[in-house]
Amino acid sequence: MSEAYNFAYLDEQTKRMIRRAILKGLAIPGYQVPFASREMPMPYGWGTGGVQVSAAVLTPEDTMKVIDQGADDTTNAVSIRKFFQKTAGVAVTERTSDADVIQTRHRIPEEPLREDQILVYQVPIPEPLRFLEPRETETRKMHALEEYGLMHVKLYEDISRNGAISTAYAYPVKVEGRYVMDPSPIPKFDNPKLEMAAIQLFGAGREQRIYALPPYTKAVSLDFEDYPFEASKADHACDLCGCDTSYLDEVIVDDAGGRMFVCSDTDFCRGRRAEGHIGAQGAPFEEDAA
Amino acid sequence: MQHAALSGGFSQAPQQSARAFRAAMNAMARPGTIQMVEGATPPAPMSVAAGVLALTLLDAETPVYLAGALDCAAVRDWITFHTGAPFARHEFCAFAIGSWDDLLPLQGYRIGTSEYPDRSATLIVEMPELTASGTTLRGPGIAETAALNLPDPALMARNAALFPLGLDFFLTHGDALAALPRSTKPEVA
Repeated sequence: MSEAYNFAYLDEQTKRMIRRAILKGLAIPGYQVPFASREMPMPYGWGTGGVQVSAAVLTPEDTMKVIDQGADDTTNAVSIRKFFQKTAGVAVTERTSDADVIQTRHRIPEEPLREDQILVYQVPIPEPLRFLEPRETETRKMHALEEYGLMHVKLYEDISRNGAISTAYAYPVKVEGRYVMDPSPIPKFDNPKLEMAAIQLFGAGREQRIYALPPYTKAVSLDFEDYPFEASKADHACDLCGCDTSYLDEVIVDDAGGRMFVCSDTDFCRGRRAEGHIGAQGAPFEEDAA
Repeated sequence: MQHAALSGGFSQAPQQSARAFRAAMNAMARPGTIQMVEGATPPAPMSVAAGVLALTLLDAETPVYLAGALDCAAVRDWITFHTGAPFARHEFCAFAIGSWDDLLPLQGYRIGTSEYPDRSATLIVEMPELTASGTTLRGPGIAETAALNLPDPALMARNAALFPLGLDFFLTHGDALAALPRSTKPEVA
């Protein structure tokens, strides 16, 4: 840990401001609390909101995990993990079950989270109505008046054009029957997992919003009686571990149309391969084979 | 300012406030659970838990209202020295600290606006005791039901009915704290 930084990088006054926003967010599930987002030593779009929320909730005893689209070893995840190793001195892990705080970009881990865990989301556009109504003054009124007809029109237009609700990620949910919330760009496959035992915190740095879901909060994906919500995924099994219930990434493997499907959650996939599961194109698991 | 006001703060503010906030957040996210905190020794009659919350959440941006017996020179000096929070009347405060009877009536505290429901006061209620029994609680953060000895369940239920507006509560006793956000619905017999 570097002595040149305050614990977890941010100054104490900033952390207090963020912590107060988190508490109000937890008290009003799904409501976006404005906060005075700081410049962070990384560009907007790289998780500055998630990083600030993580900095405000980390304690020195925590073990942290960072994932980007389910993977622990991508540039964004690696750099954020190193950032907190350096500025907070926290232990890090790639194992979901060993982590106290998990910062995520666009996925919920496959393994169910426990009550003592905290999931921090990086959010690009926190306002679910933003692409339908660009004016903040208007969307704020719409939330205040619980006027969400526009969102249902959008989903209806999906159906009339495509025959199904084509929204595949950032699929809006209604929280405790009150606020419509953007669950960040997670695939809609992950939406049913939003009702979980862990605390979920959402941070949008550029847009300066924090929101939260306390454990077991009801988050219902918007749909219609005749077109019910469906948590879809690629109709395939993982080619490495053979799992047919996990969310899959499609990987192009040559320039002749060859492709394979692999678990998006790298820790989940490695865990299954270590247990001896082998997919259609998988090889027996060897420690540190990657 | 008395010399006593200078002591009793965190000795390692970043680490201790991080642990204290984790406890406060767990309490707010899981109404009915009781969390233990440490690190502050505020002057009497303020409890350790209320002192820890003050050190963790108050600063120059948060007007604070001290009610009743807590509105004494010792507590005022301690809060001023350690947090820099300005003192305010109850209708302007972001945080209020006091016993339940001293904090009443709840009318007048800021409950937020329909466009900004977060602009509401948080009341830190000093309790004669704190036990996970009594009034049944339901709502976000609670799997089935939880229980807490609320000072006035009917008044808390009326506050919950204002959702998404309303007040949020921390309940403190000694070094223990619990929370009751506006989203929690207390069962009123």
